[in-house]
Amino acid sequence: MIEIIIGLISTIGALSILFASIGILRMPDFYLRLSVTVKASTLGVGLLLVCAAIVFPDVSVTTKAIAIFFFLLITAPIAGHMIARSAYFIGTPLWKGTIVDELAGMYNKETHELESDPDRIDPKEAIPNIASDDEKQED
Amino acid sequence: MITLDTYFDYVILPILSISALLVFIRLLKGPAVVDRVIALDLIITIGIGIITVYSIRMDQKVLLDVAIILALIAFLGTVAFSYYIEKQKDD
Repeated sequence: MIEIIIGLISTIGALSILFASIGILRMPDFYLRLSVTVKASTLGVGLLLVCAAIVFPDVSVTTKAIAIFFFLLITAPIAGHMIARSAYFIGTPLWKGTIVDELAGMYNKETHELESDPDRIDPKEAIPNIASDDEKQED
Repeated sequence: MITLDTYFDYVILPILSISALLVFIRLLKGPAVVDRVIALDLIITIGIGIITVYSIRMDQKVLLDVAIILALIAFLGTVAFSYYIEKQKDD
């Protein structure tokens, strides 16, 4: 009975990681790749760690598995946010099917401060950096 | 009779290996440097999963310590990369 549960949980975890890697390969844009990757891989590794916590009848292993999962759960969104912010600063283009970019022109180029009021920004700077059709879009 | 060990050997570990290979293609292709950074991050996260499954399969619970260190290195590496990529634009 416990083996069936472990097999089920580990299958869901491994498939979730597989979907994350297919997503990072097939998505057309850096931001879409990031949004697929962070969530699915955290879920998959978390389920595999739950398997390890069930298999070993030992308090130390359970504590370690919970510690790793808690650490991943806290640090993955922080790392994702930081890398997305710096990617936006260096001008990574958005997907060509993007409809709206609320951040366009809101970041100060010199001080890297975020302006919160949309009326106070220069309309000439609020041009979203969307990739054109001509540019090569892999996949 | 399928035991849990053969299931891990023939289903779970191959799925994780194929995932690592697919991410490696993105690491080689990636148009921008930030794509490569998140591909490295995902490879390390898949590595944590492989280490966990391997420790279950081999009945070696000591290997989970390596997973803790890898999680730490992945986070620190991504944060350092994003910090310096952002600084690089200022010059």
